[in-house]
Parts: sequence; C-alpha cells; structure tokens
Amino acid sequence: MSIPTELQYTSEHEWVRVEGDIAVVGITQYAADALGDIVYLDLPAVGKTISSGAVVGEAESTKSVGELFAPVSGEVVEANKAVSDSPELVNSDPYGAGWLFSVRVSSLGDLISADAYAALIAE
Amino acid sequence: MSDALILSPLDAIHRELGASFTDFAGWDMPVRYSSDLAEHHAVRTAAGIFDLSHMAEIYLVGPGSGAALDYALSGTLSTIPLGRAKYSLLLNDEGCILDDVVVYRTGDEEFMVVANAGNRFVAADAIRERARGFECVVRDDSDSVALIAVQGPNSATILAGVAGLEVEGLSELGYYRCLPARFGSTPMIIGRTGYTGEDGFELYIASSDAAELWRAVTVAGEGHGLEPCGLACRDTLRLEAGMPLYGHELNSILKPEQVNAARAVDLTKDNFVGREGVQAGVSAGAAVLVGLRSEGKRAGRADYAVHSNGRTIGTITSGALSPTLGYPIAFALVEPDFAELGTVVDIDVRGTAIPATVISLPFYSRKAQQ
Repeated sequence: MSIPTELQYTSEHEWVRVEGDIAVVGITQYAADALGDIVYLDLPAVGKTISSGAVVGEAESTKSVGELFAPVSGEVVEANKAVSDSPELVNSDPYGAGWLFSVRVSSLGDLISADAYAALIAE
Repeated sequence: MSDALILSPLDAIHRELGASFTDFAGWDMPVRYSSDLAEHHAVRTAAGIFDLSHMAEIYLVGPGSGAALDYALSGTLSTIPLGRAKYSLLLNDEGCILDDVVVYRTGDEEFMVVANAGNRFVAADAIRERARGFECVVRDDSDSVALIAVQGPNSATILAGVAGLEVEGLSELGYYRCLPARFGSTPMIIGRTGYTGEDGFELYIASSDAAELWRAVTVAGEGHGLEPCGLACRDTLRLEAGMPLYGHELNSILKPEQVNAARAVDLTKDNFVGREGVQAGVSAGAAVLVGLRSEGKRAGRADYAVHSNGRTIGTITSGALSPTLGYPIAFALVEPDFAELGTVVDIDVRGTAIPATVISLPFYSRKAQQ
C-alpha cells in the first residue's frame, strides 16, 4: 500500500501536498481501493470557501458513495478537470494525475504524518 | 452465535490472488480481485470465474421429493425432467417471498434446491417442515458443497478444455439444463445457469475438491480472457440483466405479483404453502417493482427515495452506473400509478433530484446486443 512520506494525511483518507500557501488535495490509495472503481466525482467549485472537516464533494464507485472532506480551510483555486472526465485516474494514480482540487490555505486542519496514517489504516 | 466469518473452501486461492473481501451473509467472500469494472467487462466479453460457495444446497431424496417440492415451493417441480433446472419461490403462508431458489432435478428421485446464503436456514427449515409426510429425506449439504461459476461468452470453450473434467454433451447442454460430471474421481453437477445475463455454467462439487477444480479451470482459461471475479461485479451484472436480489428486490412482505415474479407461481397446483395469500392479491396502491434509467453518471442507490412532484412515491432497491450501458440504472418499488413504461420520476440522489424514466426489463440482454 503506497503512502508517500512527503505528503500529509487526514483520518478521512485524504492526502495534502502543501506548496507555499497552496494545498493540493487527493484521496489515498487505501481509500480508492476501498471504494472500488470510481465512476463519478463531485468536486468543490473554484472560488468556493471551504472549512476543514466540512463535506465538500463526493466520490462514487460502482458499489458505493464516499464523501470528500476539506482537509484544510481556504479558497478552492482549481478543480482537476482530468479526474472529472476520467475518474478512474483516482484508482490508477491517486497521488499523481488523480489529484482532486487545490486550495489557497487560510488555515491547516488536523493533518497527520505518513507514519501516523499508516498506523491508522493498519488498525 | 460466533462472530467469526465462514471461510470458503477456496479461501487460500483468493488470498493468493490478492482479493479484497467482504462479509456476505456471514461468509468472508471476495468482493473484487483487481477492478469491479474490469471483472464486469471480462464476463460480458470473455469469461469470469466466481466462487459462490456461500450459496446453500439443499437436497431432497426419495420417491416423494417432487410432490414435497410442489407443496413447499411456488412452481411445479415434480414434472420437470431429469437434467432440468427451474427458478422458483419459497413463500410464507401470506404468499410473500421467503427466498428465491433454483431447483435442479439431479435424479429420478432426487432434487437439489439452491438457496441464498442469507436464507440458508430459513429455506432448509421450511423445506424440511413442509416435506413432512412426503416420502423423502431433506438434507442440507451447504457445508460440504462448493459452487464455482464460469460465466461469459467463452465459458463453454474454457470448460471443454479443463483437464480431468469428464462430461458428455456439455456443448449441447441447453440453458437451465444440468448434467452429472466427474472431476477426476469426484462426482459433480454442471448446470448451464447463472446470475450474470451471459451464457455460463455453475459447477457444484465437494468442497474438498473445489480448489483443484478452480485451478484446472484457471489453466483452461489461459488465452480465453478468463478473470477471477468478485461479488461486486456479480451485483452489477445481475442488475443489468434485470435479475432480483433477495433482501433488495425481494423480501418477506412482498408478493410475487409485485415484483414481476407471478410467472414463478403455478396456481393450477392443488395445494402449496402461500397459495391463499397469492390468490388474495395485493391491496390497492401496493408497490410494484420497475426499472429506471437516468442520464449522466449519478446512480440511485438502495434506499434512496423516488419522488414525483416533490412527493415520495417509491424507493430504490438497487442501482448503479451500468458498466455495459454507460448510464445509471436502478430497480425501484413505486406506487402502481407510476409503474407505466415511459413515466418520468425523480430519484433523490443525496438531495439532488435526478430525473429517471421507467423502462422495460431487463436493462441488458445479450440476445438484444447480438
């Protein structure tokens, strides 16, 4: 199970890459595998202000629906059009081409390290 | 009662293959090996192999077996010839559905009833109780019989190449027919049956020999696109094929006529459990099962409400974005006024009204595609 060490995580199975004041957000491979093949993504609109912990979207697979939570607070600056068109990218490349949206951060939420996330999913 | 999940006789193979597992009716069964969609498409275009060992196998043996089944189940089973299979319902006294089963005539005086895993004890107890006074023995062999399904257009070719499988007339075997066979020295039953909407076979064999048979089928499937398939794709396959799933489209407060299953009830029989209830009919306004199609990618899911002009008129029982058709499909139980083909309703998809049209079942038919 891939858990890149350079990323930060949430207990809701999202990853965050902080680059300056921008945070890029996706879901972990563990979450993507648990959902199964993702067939539809509902991403937050660009310009929307989001608060960490709030539900901001959905990922639907053939079998189930998962909610997307904002891992950080701030303003959405980009939603990944490629994954809206090809949601399977989240399954095939969750930490790369399968990123979901990016946020101009006003405050970081409760993020955890890769080690802490690995321990969480091992429970 | 123990919380420990029951392991399939094929469990070691599934773990070798890296399957993800799910608790299905108390069994730890493969939900997928790689991708639900890839497995779904493999069955539609090539072939898939499924472990269905959780299904229940209940035998009736003796000269009164057929008469006992005629009394216990909704259809007439006593007159089906040797080597035939028939879909039937187990009803309660009120005429509502306790389980849906497939009955195979495996001998002149022997039948095998295949029931849903979750209803194993309900079905076995009811059949045993109802068979009292008939000259037959009821035997629940679910623990010692494994079931491997091979489904998809290449399944006949694959089975013809299985080393150690001895069977006469497999290629000519018709749909809903069954044959005795041998795998090495082990007797088994092959039915041309399934729950995917494709051509395919179901292989009933002693649990102790199931792993060896799975491996032999896998070897025969090389070069024919055979993929191991989990229960996730089995669900989307059966949904596309318009086949009901007990606990979703069927339950113990629904009568056959509400769920397009009146054809499985033979009212010309003298007496059977549920007859009076079926004959009493349903109350005005009782829900009926329909198929819904919508646009876009967002599917209705089990228990979502169905609305018309803002009023709740039904409930989704199963739904998915159809992998084969590319649009969302669903079964729903709706008020009878909304059951006519072409009726447009709204599915409440987590707060968003998604329009859907009542269409004829099945959603997918392999004959229509050819």
